[in-house]
Amino acid sequence: MNVLIPEPLRSYTEGQRQTEADGVTLGEVLQDLDRRYPGIRFRMIDEQDAIRRHIRIFVNGAEVRALDFALGASDEVFIIQALSGG
Amino acid sequence: MKNSSSTSIPPAATGAVALLVATRKGAFILKGDKSRRTWNIAGPLFFGHTVHHLVLDPRDRRTLLAAARTGHLGPTIFRSSDGGKNWQEAATPPAFPKAPEGQKGRVVDHTFWLTPGHASEANVWYAGTSPQGLFRSEDGGATWAPVSGFNDHAQYSQWTGGEQDGTPDGPKLHSVLIDPRDARHLYIGMSSGGVFESVDGGADWKPLNAGCRADFRPDPYPEYGHDPHCVRLHPLAPDILYQQNHCGIYRMERAAGSWVRIGESMPKRIGDIGFPIVLHPRDPAVLWVFPMDGTSVWPRTSPGGKPAAYVTRNAGKTWQRQDAGMPPSQGWFTVKRQAMSADAHEPVGLYFGTTGGEVWASKNEGGKWVSIARYLPEIYAVEAVEFGR
Repeated sequence: MNVLIPEPLRSYTEGQRQTEADGVTLGEVLQDLDRRYPGIRFRMIDEQDAIRRHIRIFVNGAEVRALDFALGASDEVFIIQALSGG
Repeated sequence: MKNSSSTSIPPAATGAVALLVATRKGAFILKGDKSRRTWNIAGPLFFGHTVHHLVLDPRDRRTLLAAARTGHLGPTIFRSSDGGKNWQEAATPPAFPKAPEGQKGRVVDHTFWLTPGHASEANVWYAGTSPQGLFRSEDGGATWAPVSGFNDHAQYSQWTGGEQDGTPDGPKLHSVLIDPRDARHLYIGMSSGGVFESVDGGADWKPLNAGCRADFRPDPYPEYGHDPHCVRLHPLAPDILYQQNHCGIYRMERAAGSWVRIGESMPKRIGDIGFPIVLHPRDPAVLWVFPMDGTSVWPRTSPGGKPAAYVTRNAGKTWQRQDAGMPPSQGWFTVKRQAMSADAHEPVGLYFGTTGGEVWASKNEGGKWVSIARYLPEIYAVEAVEFGR
């Protein structure tokens, strides 16, 4: 399925803003993304499998907070990084 | 633990010095010539990342590790095996184990401190994190594992306190020190928590805070809960420890097992509060501090707006002010705990970075200071090194 990557993480995807990853849950998709682009998952997901504070993940336009959220092959995952501070 | 107290004095270094400068917005490398007169700045590396520590491996003088995160992305470690030309990210950066279902697990906010391992343990590194965690790599920083003897110690919670007990940007484990005679003999410092020691490679730990004040606690001399800002062990006399603590400057002869406050001989109007403490590479009786204002609401800037280093050449009996070249007034420097360092030349070169983004250098042991870089981001760490050829 399509995964849209925010600019701060595109150093992992060779600059691509959109990439592909497979899985039947959000967690599996992020694992597959990490297999393709090593290290990217830990920048978004902490060691307790929580989405980091400034990361937001949307599936087909709706925010998802659980890694066990079920996904279909045609779903689109949109990763957003909020910016704050100076 | 070994009993011998000293080893032979190495010759002074003669090569070109480089300064590894870690800042809130990336890292920089200041490369000096052999005379330490001119400096060229390279960088930023990891632009936009908060880099807490950039460290060269003294065992090969080529491998560099950088502890980095951004304000929004998770923490990681970058590694270079060619002196900084190429970088790779750690495959598994320091991270606490996943907690059992239903329990709250710890999360590494950032790696704060990096220490290359013992000379006999090639590729071993230690990392200290916020919140307090100790991690070890055995492959040059590519993969990291928790030192569970500390992180899961039965007294971990009592020793480290809660998040409210730490520094403003999170409680930290720092000052990972290794006895050069014994790879299994380790010390750590924690803000807060205090100084702790392991004699079995990190399997077990004991507090080492006797004699040290913690005047912000109900009992001013507790067993743990102190705030060491920076702890140093002298490589030539590893049974002598120094620390710049929240409550003064201290020295310990390990056999005595008790800290002695050596900062009380500082001028009263200056006090003995600060962040860094730097040791002379060849003389365990010589050290430098950079005092800050620890009165009232703790501005943490140079007392009176008059920045200065102070040196003792007799293990703290007397101190001399060293401010030649620094602003005589309206100089509100803050120098963080990793942001002051010494080279190994003769005379020793000293370097410090400020939170205002300036790097200052002295090539005569603090006798005269010059600003060698300015307009950098907030400086967290300065390490003086010599790269190998």
